[in-house]
This record gives sequence, structure tokens and C-alpha cells, in this order.
Amino acid sequence: MTTGPDDKGPLDAVAAPAETPPAPIRTDASPVERDAVVHADVERAQQGQAPPGPDQGGREPIEVIDVRTGMFGAADGGDTSGYGGLVRRIAMPGASERPYGGWFDEAVDVLTEVLDEDGPGFAAAVERVVVDRGELTLHVAARHLLAVCRTLRDDPDLRFELSMGVSGVHYPHETGRELHAVIHLVSVTHSRRLRLEIAVPDAHPHLPSTTSVYPTHDWHERETWDFFGIVFDGHPALARIEMPDDWPGHPQRKDYPLGGIPVEYKGATVPPVDQRKAYS
Amino acid sequence: MSPSHAGPAGAPGATRATGSGGATRATRGFEDRASGTTTFEASGGDWSQIAEEAARLGEERIVVNMGPQHPSTHGVLRLMLEIDGETVTEARAGIGYLHTGIEKNMEYRTWTQGVTFCTRMDYLAPLFQETAFCLGVEKLLGITDDVPERATVIRVLMMELNRISSHLVCLATGGNELGATTIMTLGFTAREEVLKLLEMVTGLRMNHAYIRPGGVVQDIPPGTLESVREALGQVRSYLRQLEDLMLANPIFKARLVGVGHLNLSACMALGVTGPVLRSTGLPYDVRKASPYCGYETYDFDVPTSTDADSYSRVILRIEECYQSMRIIEQALDRLQTMGPGPVMVADKKVAWPAQLAIGSDGMGNSLDHIREIMGTSMEALIHHFKLVTEGFRVPVGQVAQSVEAPRGELLVHLVSDGGTRPYRAHFRDPSFNNLQAVSMMCEGGQVADVVVAVASLDPVLGGVDR
Repeated sequence: MTTGPDDKGPLDAVAAPAETPPAPIRTDASPVERDAVVHADVERAQQGQAPPGPDQGGREPIEVIDVRTGMFGAADGGDTSGYGGLVRRIAMPGASERPYGGWFDEAVDVLTEVLDEDGPGFAAAVERVVVDRGELTLHVAARHLLAVCRTLRDDPDLRFELSMGVSGVHYPHETGRELHAVIHLVSVTHSRRLRLEIAVPDAHPHLPSTTSVYPTHDWHERETWDFFGIVFDGHPALARIEMPDDWPGHPQRKDYPLGGIPVEYKGATVPPVDQRKAYS
Repeated sequence: MSPSHAGPAGAPGATRATGSGGATRATRGFEDRASGTTTFEASGGDWSQIAEEAARLGEERIVVNMGPQHPSTHGVLRLMLEIDGETVTEARAGIGYLHTGIEKNMEYRTWTQGVTFCTRMDYLAPLFQETAFCLGVEKLLGITDDVPERATVIRVLMMELNRISSHLVCLATGGNELGATTIMTLGFTAREEVLKLLEMVTGLRMNHAYIRPGGVVQDIPPGTLESVREALGQVRSYLRQLEDLMLANPIFKARLVGVGHLNLSACMALGVTGPVLRSTGLPYDVRKASPYCGYETYDFDVPTSTDADSYSRVILRIEECYQSMRIIEQALDRLQTMGPGPVMVADKKVAWPAQLAIGSDGMGNSLDHIREIMGTSMEALIHHFKLVTEGFRVPVGQVAQSVEAPRGELLVHLVSDGGTRPYRAHFRDPSFNNLQAVSMMCEGGQVADVVVAVASLDPVLGGVDR
């Protein structure tokens, strides 16, 4: 991937300002590309880089997961087209405004009511509501995950009684929210589906285990720990499940190399797949 | 694991005295320095001698490793059983022996190439992974409604054929594990009829990579409809024979009835879906609950039972085969009435440029297409090259897509970062999830019942470990 740590482009500074404060300028960068660095800095200053948090009023800032330059998506080699200065900020779909449409409003209303009455409160527990491609995603604060899950399962108007398990996604450029756990829930009663997304920092990748609410999460949380290194506090036996017990590292993270060896065929050498020319 | 006894030969094989060369090869008990327990190693031979020695030494806790190389564990499933005589007091499943990193590999290939990887997960139901993945990609692209009707009907046809072949393997291997070789040969013979059809349409018997984002690879070849109708008759007759062999067979019933019980609340808590969930009486089927590929327009039933045991799951699987045939017949009729048409989206920025045709040297890109890109249109050549080497870009976002696989609900979670390759592709394989139920289904039962219970879950380790 172009998002790996080894091929940091000059503009990764935008996504991760804490890591690389002075934007390194590639030796082969064209003047246009260097301009782009400056533009990106200006852009960042204008955006104010407000820290994301539930207590901030209004819309959440969108999650920038990557910043790319140029027109053709190739990470290696100079972009000689003259469009090398293009800067694209790659962001996941941001928070949605009401009305969400369909049954989403009703479900969020019920959840709000129950959490506000005898829970941590909706504003504290749910960071944002995202409706994208006809699917509802609730971004949940890690410390309130159990309360949200219990409400979603037990309230008769919600009744998400069947879980499709937990998996992870690694967004290395989203500073402070690198590791996401994703839970897919199904309500057989109401024939509805939604997704919970919980972000934790790479420096402290801890989540409460939801096995007490959804026992099926036992193996799924083990798999997420195995592949992403997310620690589920309170899991009965958080051991590796797919990789051997003594395996170092967590293979599905973006900074974990795919591995592979070059293959020689009739005098030509084909590099391993993660070193081939790639487009983003 | 900290075994006091390790029996690599597995329990059922070991309980049977082998013929002339049946001398036990059990070692003398020796003290395990790490755990302080006495450990025996048995490889084949007469189990009773080992049990006797254990009894003489006053050892009560016996842990048997069943698998990962045991024929009744459907591949490389490892079962760790703590037994007391013939009773299983604790059962744990160990997986990971077939982990091949498919999900990680998919992040390094284009969206179209992803199909070639995910088809290899659950190798008995490859078309379900392909369809689920492609439906997810289409949802991300926002072209779900642009997929030609003909492609969707072909997908349904192929999936339901695949469901029959997968259920037939389940019944066949399940019978084989009980020692009923005839059930196995009959089931595999019936499956052969379906595999011939799959080969006729896709070119391959397994790992088809036939369904592509935007449609399918190529239209069904001429004569497919007739061949499918013909084969369905054959499969139906084989299924009747299987029923005759199994359903009223007193030995078969004695082994299966009341074994591997798992009730509704346990299924919901453990996220178990598919025939196992439906054997508790809940008619949950993704094809009905959240239809895809136009399943809401097909006329079929979701068979259920309330017995919640292995025997009822056998009946349900047979019944599901008949329901699949109903769907297939409707799909055939639709294909016949709609006549030839496109099987790939019209958007040339997504549709794979290959137009296959049979040439003198076998199947390959059609000469018309080659002539166009090589002889007349430079732009078409560039387009072909870029689409094949780079792939197409998929807008940023994430989707989840469920399909009803033979073993339960298969959910695909796809994340795109706007690039030409999946940022993350996760497959929630039903076998992976369902194996968690092994402990509940086996504990308290007999060792021989473990085989039956696991067979009724029908795990496919390729899908479990991915």
C-alpha cells in the first residue's frame, strides 16, 4: 500500500503532523510538488486542526485517512504530467445530519432515550452517526461500548440480538485513532442491521470486551487481537487464534509487511507483490 | 495444551482394536517435568491398554487430541477433548492450521483480482464468497442497480447449484464419518453432476473466480439450460436414494437423533446461523431477511425444524437442496425467456475488458476484441491496459454485505480508501463462528457423538482460517 510507513510522501505531514513536523521534500520532487507541500501546510493552518472529540459542538471533523498527491495514483516515479501538485485528502464519510432516513432516525431516537435515561448519555457514548450507502454506522466511545451494546441487544424496540462478530481496520494516518474495531449487529426481530465502530489509539489499544453481551465475540475478539493487536479487556482468554502462539506482530496491520520473495522466470525477475508498482 | 494423555491417532480410531498388528505402542508413563503430570503417548494400537494403565496409575483426567489430521474433523480442525471413560467432559476447538492470509493478500491486489482470492476461502462454497464480495464492491461503487438482470439471475443459478453441491458434501462426509461408505459414494456421485455443470459454465470445478464486480465473467454457454434441467433430474434421484439410505435407517438414527443439541438461545448467543439455527425453529435466512440478487422475487420456502439435533439438520439440508432446485428452475425459466443479453455492467470504466471466445488454441480473448485494441483503437488499448494493470478506483467508504451461504450467514466487510485495491476486506465466515458451538454441543456426550456433532455443523476449515 502507499499508506505504509516506509514510503511516506511529502504530504503525510498533514495527516500525521505529530510524527513528521518538517515536511521532508523528496529529492525528485518537482517545483510543483514542493508547492503542494506549502499549499498543504496553508490548508492545514486554515482548517485549524481541531482535535476530534464528542464534546465539540456541531459536526465532527471528517476522518482523514490519507493524503495523496499527483493525478495517477502511482507512488513511485515522478509524475511528469504537470498535475503532480494535486493534493487529495482521503476522508471516510463524515457524520450525517438528521433526518437519517428510513428506520435510522427511530432507532437512534430510542437509543438516545435509553442511554440518556439510565446510561452514560447518548452524547458521551456515541461520537457520531454516519449514514452512508444505506447503512447506519454508530461511532461509539470505547469506554461506553458495553452500555451501548447492552442497550442495543436488550431494548425491545432495538433488539439487535444477533452479532456478526468483531473485526478490525488499521488507519495508520489517523493519529490517536489508528485502530478501529467494527461490530456488525443484526436484529432478527425487526430485520435491521447496523454497524458499531470503535476507535482506539495505537499507543493504548484497549477496548472493553463485549463477550458478556454477545458470547459469539469470543473468537472474533481473539482474531482481532491476533491480527490487529487490539486488547479486549475482560475477555476470558485473549489468546491468538489463527497465528501460532509465539508469533511476533499483528499481521493485518498496515505496517506489517506482506512478505514474499522475488520470482525469476526466463531471466526476468518479478518482485514480490508488495514491492511491485502500485496505484492508489 | 497441557495433556496428561496425548492420542494423536484420535479417539474413535483408537477405540477400535486394529487387526493383526494391533499391539499397542503406548509408551510407559513418564513424569512431565513442566506440569508434574504423567504423560503417555499413544499412536495407534489398543486404546484399552492405555486406559488400563492410566487406571492403574490412578490418573483420571485424560485429554485426547483429535486432529488436526483426523479424517472426521473435515480438514485440519483440532479438537481437544477431556474425557472420562467414553464421556466428553470438556471440548475445545483449535483452529489456525489452514490460515493463508487471504484477507491480507487481497489488500495487495485490485478489486477484480480479489475474487480470485476469496473464492478459495470456503472451498466447498466458492461462489458465495465471490458473490458476497462482488455485491459489496458494487455497493461501494454505487452500481448495484446497473448490474444486468441476466448476470444477477446467473449468479442466483450458480449459487443455488453450489448450495446443492455443498450440502451433498456435508451429507456424504457426515455419513462417511459414521462408517457409512455408501452414503459417501452416493453423495459424491450426486455432487459430481453439479460439479459438471459448474465446470461447464465457469471452466473450473472449484475456485471458479466466475463472478466479477459488475456481473459475471462470461455468459452461460449454449446448451447450459438443458444440461442443468437434465442434471437436476439426476440429482433428484440421487437425493431420493440418499434419503432412503439415511432417514429411516435405525443405525443412522441411533447415531444422530438427539445428538449435538443446540437450542435457539444458544444459537443466538453464539451467533450460529444456517441450518443449525433453523433446526431450532427460527426461519432466519438472509435470502428472506435482507434479500440480495432479487431473491425476494423467487418462490421458495425456508425449511425449519424444532428438534435442534443432528438428525433434523440432515433433513433440513436435504430439504434445502429441493428448495434450491425450485429456485434453479425459476432461474432457468427466466434465463430462457429473457434471451441473450449483457452479463457485465455497461460502464467500461468498471467492466473487465476481456471478451472471451473459443479459438483454435482454446479459450481466450476474442479475436474481435484483440483486433479492435491492437488494430483500430489506440484508446481502447490504453483503456484495456490501464484497467487490467491498475484496476478501477472505488469511492471511499465501507459497506457490509451478507449472503446466505450453505453453512450460515456470510458477511463481507469492505473498506475502500478510494484506491484501486481493497483497504480492508473481512469475511465473517459462518464456519469460523459456528465452530464456537462445538463445546456446547459435545460436552456431556460420548466421544463418538463429537464426530456427529461436528459433522452437523459442517465446518470447512478453508473458510474458518482464511
